[in-house]
This record gives sequence, structure tokens and C-alpha cells, in this order.
Amino acid sequence: MWIDDTMSFHPLMDYGRAHHQSSRSMADEGPAFEYTAEALAKLEDICSRYPADQRKSAILAAIYLAQRQQGYISRNAMKAVATAIRCSAADVEDVVSFYTMFYQRPVGRHVIQVCRTLSCALNGAERVTAELQAVLGIAPGQTTADGEFSLFEVECLGACDRAPVVGVNDHWHECQKPEDARALVDGLKAHGAAGLTGCHLHVEKA
Amino acid sequence: MDLILTPHVKTPNGFTLDFYTKQGGYEALRQALAMTPDAVVDIVKASGLRGRGGAGFPTGMKWQFVDKKSPKPKYLCCNADESEPGTFKDHMLMERNPHLLFEGCLIACHAIGAKVAYIYIRGEFFHVQEVLEAELAKARAAGFIGRNILGTGFDCEIYVHRGAGAYEAGEETALIESLEGKRAQPRLKPPFPAVAGLYGCPTAVNNVETLCNVPPIITNGPEWFSALGPEKNGGPKLYCLSGHVKNPGTYEAPMHVTMRELIYDPQYGGGIRGDRKLKAVIPGGSSVPILLPHQLDIPASFDGVASAGSLLGSAGIIVMDETTCMVWAAENLLYFYKHESCGKCTPCREGGAWLHNLLGRIERGEGQMKDIDLLLSVANNIMGKTLCAFGDAAATPVLTTVQLFREEYEAHVRLGRCTLSADWRAASRTLAAH
Ligand SMILES: Cc1cc2nc3c(=O)[nH]c(=O)nc-3n(C[C@H](O)[C@H](O)[C@H](O)COP(=O)(O)O)c2cc1C
Ligand code: SF4
Ligand code: FES
Repeated sequence: MWIDDTMSFHPLMDYGRAHHQSSRSMADEGPAFEYTAEALAKLEDICSRYPADQRKSAILAAIYLAQRQQGYISRNAMKAVATAIRCSAADVEDVVSFYTMFYQRPVGRHVIQVCRTLSCALNGAERVTAELQAVLGIAPGQTTADGEFSLFEVECLGACDRAPVVGVNDHWHECQKPEDARALVDGLKAHGAAGLTGCHLHVEKA
Repeated sequence: MDLILTPHVKTPNGFTLDFYTKQGGYEALRQALAMTPDAVVDIVKASGLRGRGGAGFPTGMKWQFVDKKSPKPKYLCCNADESEPGTFKDHMLMERNPHLLFEGCLIACHAIGAKVAYIYIRGEFFHVQEVLEAELAKARAAGFIGRNILGTGFDCEIYVHRGAGAYEAGEETALIESLEGKRAQPRLKPPFPAVAGLYGCPTAVNNVETLCNVPPIITNGPEWFSALGPEKNGGPKLYCLSGHVKNPGTYEAPMHVTMRELIYDPQYGGGIRGDRKLKAVIPGGSSVPILLPHQLDIPASFDGVASAGSLLGSAGIIVMDETTCMVWAAENLLYFYKHESCGKCTPCREGGAWLHNLLGRIERGEGQMKDIDLLLSVANNIMGKTLCAFGDAAATPVLTTVQLFREEYEAHVRLGRCTLSADWRAASRTLAAH
């Protein structure tokens, strides 16, 4: 529940927010992590959008920046986020583990996400996933041995009129036909993100 | 009817500041800033505008509730989380008409006394966020956002805040929690956001489409707005058509339009793909009761759909043809609800998973007759017994499919297999979700 600014654990003591932090220690995991100077500058800019005493509002942004830098959020990255946001590592872990767009393990260079929710499923999403499984030789939730591809099933991406929708990292590929799954994978292998031409913005420009 | 929210969505560069101001954009802001905040609230109240986020609550009333006497800052949160399955209208508005949203945000801030608006956008809408950020920068440079807007002394900032994948972040108090940097789990109400919302300050949370309706109300007046639709259902409405229709997409229409027109009229859905027979329609995103083909001659308005026993919700109309197995559809949706439950309350967190397990068992042909009544029992023990409306949403697909298609459930049990195998489904059930 929301705690009023004026509330503290003892009416005579002025604790402030910082003293309510868990000091649970977190074991090291993953490579050493330090934000780049550029990322830190970007983070400060984002923090300036919130009241000065509400730095924690930038925690999602801080986690995104760490993930962009390292590909996933290791425990070491969580500790760096905590330092940058001035909260506890437990706070960061709490948030990271809640939101589906944060990865707690390394993922492939291309993260393929097939929307499996109803409107996409009514348009063949199950078959798209089955084809991608066959082409990549992995099941949803897995990463190829060469670290190139991860495959996930995700929930409604908010573009159900262009079903089935597939996300690849931050980009979209829409109206994906099951029979074109191999072409999608081959395009990514050959051209990376530039091989994705199935977003409506692309299609309209073409 | 002339399109009000989406006239230029297909025009190249129709989303730019340049184009928007050439069409008279930001004039409504100029007019609103010449009025007192209370006068703006009164106009929106008189228009009868109802929230487009799902509940249909009157917007003017929500703004009036914002505690203006509080010494704390006030905030506007624009709900751009758009995660309800079958819903993609806010996506289109932000991508194709972002300045209409900014103008609506600025007028709303003026009305409630806020100096900051946060647009909480779902993390997956990355390309939409890029459009918003770029156009925001232009609007700021042109003096529509920032200090002393249009020379009136009004200061207001708009920031985009990116979520990170959580359906529950769309619930208004969960959205506020998420904005504060926490898990997207709802708060106990009261206090309502209008009294203690973001950072404990008075806050209004409004959907994207709701805010986009505000500038045309200011320009054309409240009577014009309410006359556009049936009584108490005024204004333009966006409908999202998906599933087995010929022309899926977002369509704008006044709420006189009927469900049947939306699905069959060539200017909208154009009928069922492959000219198959229609089986069932979910009219308001995934979480509302099903309408059957004979129930479609109703206005697609808040009150019209309610009179047929369902809800307009987010106006995400999901159309299913005769090849759709209803046990499969319920299982598909319950996977969503099991996956997206925020876990804060027991009936929803545990019950959703039980429902999904039971549905999976029946769909695979491993169910027993008593499982059907067990489904109803579990669903009824979630319905009305949770902290937020998510619980009811999770129970509804089960209750509505068992009620309307019980013979299909029984056939699965009797024959020991799914009774409908559609060509659009995978041959085997090897998928992780099932
Ligand atoms: C589980 C749940 C999810 C919701 N998701 C959204 C959403 O994605 N977008 C939205 O605008 N409203 C959503 N709502 C409704 C909001 O709580 C709130 O009613 C709405 O933002 C109010 O805006 P309005 O008055 O303009 O409709 C959701 C509600 C619940 C219970
Ligand atoms: S009903 Fe579900 S989503 Fe809502 S608070 Fe309870 S557990 Fe969370
Ligand atoms: S169901 Fe796939 S994008 Fe909505």
C-alpha cells in the first residue's frame, strides 16, 4: 500500500524513505557491470522528468539501459541499477522479476516473440510458432546453441488487426504466415534487423 | 459522418506537427486556456464524454473529483498501456495523430490544475514511443509544451514513460504504482487517485482515446458532441475489429452503428472471412461475455451492448467463425489471465491457473463431466472476490463459454478429443502455452 510521506515507524523519529530499505545482500552473478558514461547521462536526463525525490520512477528506464548494454539483467547489473537509482538491490530484483520484457538470463541476439493470444491464434499463430520451432530447432523459452536466436510466446501485442504479429527485439513483423517462417529467420541471419520488412510502417513506405 | 479522430490516419506525414497546425491544431488549446479550469470541466461534463479505457466513466466528473484544494501538485496520467487482447485503437491514435493526444493532455492538465502529464505507454510499443518523443520535441520547440504556453502563463510538461510488459499496468492504480517504480500491482481503493494518486497527489488517469476527444469538444461545443451518438453515448468511437473478419482494422463511427454493421458492412469488417458462418463475438476485449449471431442488431454503444448482457469495454471486437472450438478459445484466454495475474490476491492468482489447467485437460480430451461444474465453481469463486476487475475478467470467458456452449464441453469429455480441428490451428499441441 502507498505510504504517506509523513509516515515513519516511530512517530518521534524522522526516518525518511531511505531507511526503509532492505539491506539483504545479493550474491554476485554475471560479468562485472558498470554503466557507460553515455548511459548514465541518459539516465540523469530521464530522472529529471520526475520530482527530485522520486528517482525511483526511473527504475524501468535504468533497467532498460542496463539490458541494452549487457543483453540481460544479471545480479551484478541489478546492483548497478540500485546504485544509480539509490534504492536497494532487492527493490530492483522485485521489479525485474515482475515485468516480462526484462531477461534474467542471457538471450539470443534476435529474440523472436510470437503473439499467442486469441486474435493472433485465430489467424494461425500456433502454426507460426510450430514452424519457427522446426526451423530453429528450439522450443519456446529456449535459445539456439550459437546464441543467435531465442524464441518466446508472448501475450497480445496490441496490433491484432495485423495478426499474427511477431516481435523481434524492439521491432515488429506483422501478418506473419506460417509458411514464411524460414524466410523470416533467413532474413535475420543475412541482414539483421534490416531484414525485417513486415512492420506496417515499412509496408506503407514501400 | 465526417471522421473526427482519424480523418488523416492514411495521409502521408499526417502525424506531423506541421500538418496538424495547418488543420487548425492547437486552436482548442488556445480557446481552453482563455477559459477558467472550472469552465473547461463544465464543458466536458456537459458533453457527456465517457471514458474510452473500458469502464465508460464520465470524464468531466472524474476531473471534478480531483482535489483542487490540496496543496500538493496535481498529475495527469494518460493510460497508453493498451494491453487488452483485441484492442489496438490507442496504438493508431498515438502513431497517426499524436498531437491530438498532446492537445487533449494539455487541456486536461489545465482543467485539473496539473503541470505535468505522464503518458504511460506499454513497453512493446517501441516504434510508437519513437513517434511520440519526436513529435513532443517539435511541439515543445514550437511553444505548445513547456513554460508560458501560448503566452498565457500556463506551464505544462508532457513526458512519455515506458512500461515493460505487464497487462495489469493498465489498471489505474497499478499504473500509478508502476510509474512510481514498483511492480504493477493495484492499490486498495479508497483513497481514489483523484485524492491520493501519483506520489500521493491528486491524479486523473485517462485513456488515450478519451483525451483525444477533448479538443473537438472544446472547438465544437458539448451539444455537438452529445448529438453525435445515442443519448448518453455521444461522440465518435473507435472500434477494433480482429479475428475472422475480412477487413480487420480500426474504424471510427458514432455509437449508433450496430454490431452487425461493424462486422458485415463493407466499409467496416466486410463479413466473415471465407464467407463462413459466424459463431461468436466478444465485443469488448477478451474479458466480456460473448454475443451470439442473433444478438448483433444492437447499437455498439456502452448502453446498447450492456442491454444485450455484455459490455463495450475497450471496443475490441473479436470475431470467431464456425471453425472455432470454444473450449480451445477459453483455454487460450485463460492462459493469458494465468500469465498476467499480478499475484496480489489469492482467488485470481491461484484460480486463474486452476481454470487454465482444467480447460487444458478438457481440450486435450482428458477431462471428466464433473470438471465442467468444477470450472463453474472455481470461476464463481473468483468473480466479484478480487481486488481489481481483472478477476472478473478472468472468470468471464469460462462462465460465458460454458453457459452458451456447454454441449461442446460435454462432447470433448464424451469423445475424448477436441471436436473441431480448424486449418488455422497447429497439428499437435507441443506449444509451451498449452
Ligand atoms: C486489469 C485492467 C486492465 C486495464 N487496462 C487498461 C488499458 O490498457 N488501457 C486503459 O486505458 N484502461 C485500462 N483499464 C482501465 C483503467 O483502470 C481506467 O479505468 C482507465 O484508464 C480510465 O480511463 P478513462 O476514464 O479515460 O476510460 C484497465 C483496467 C483493469 C481492471
Ligand atoms: S484480481 Fe488479479 S490482477 Fe487484480 S489485484 Fe488481484 S491478483 Fe492482481
Ligand atoms: S492477439 Fe496478437 S496482437 Fe493482439
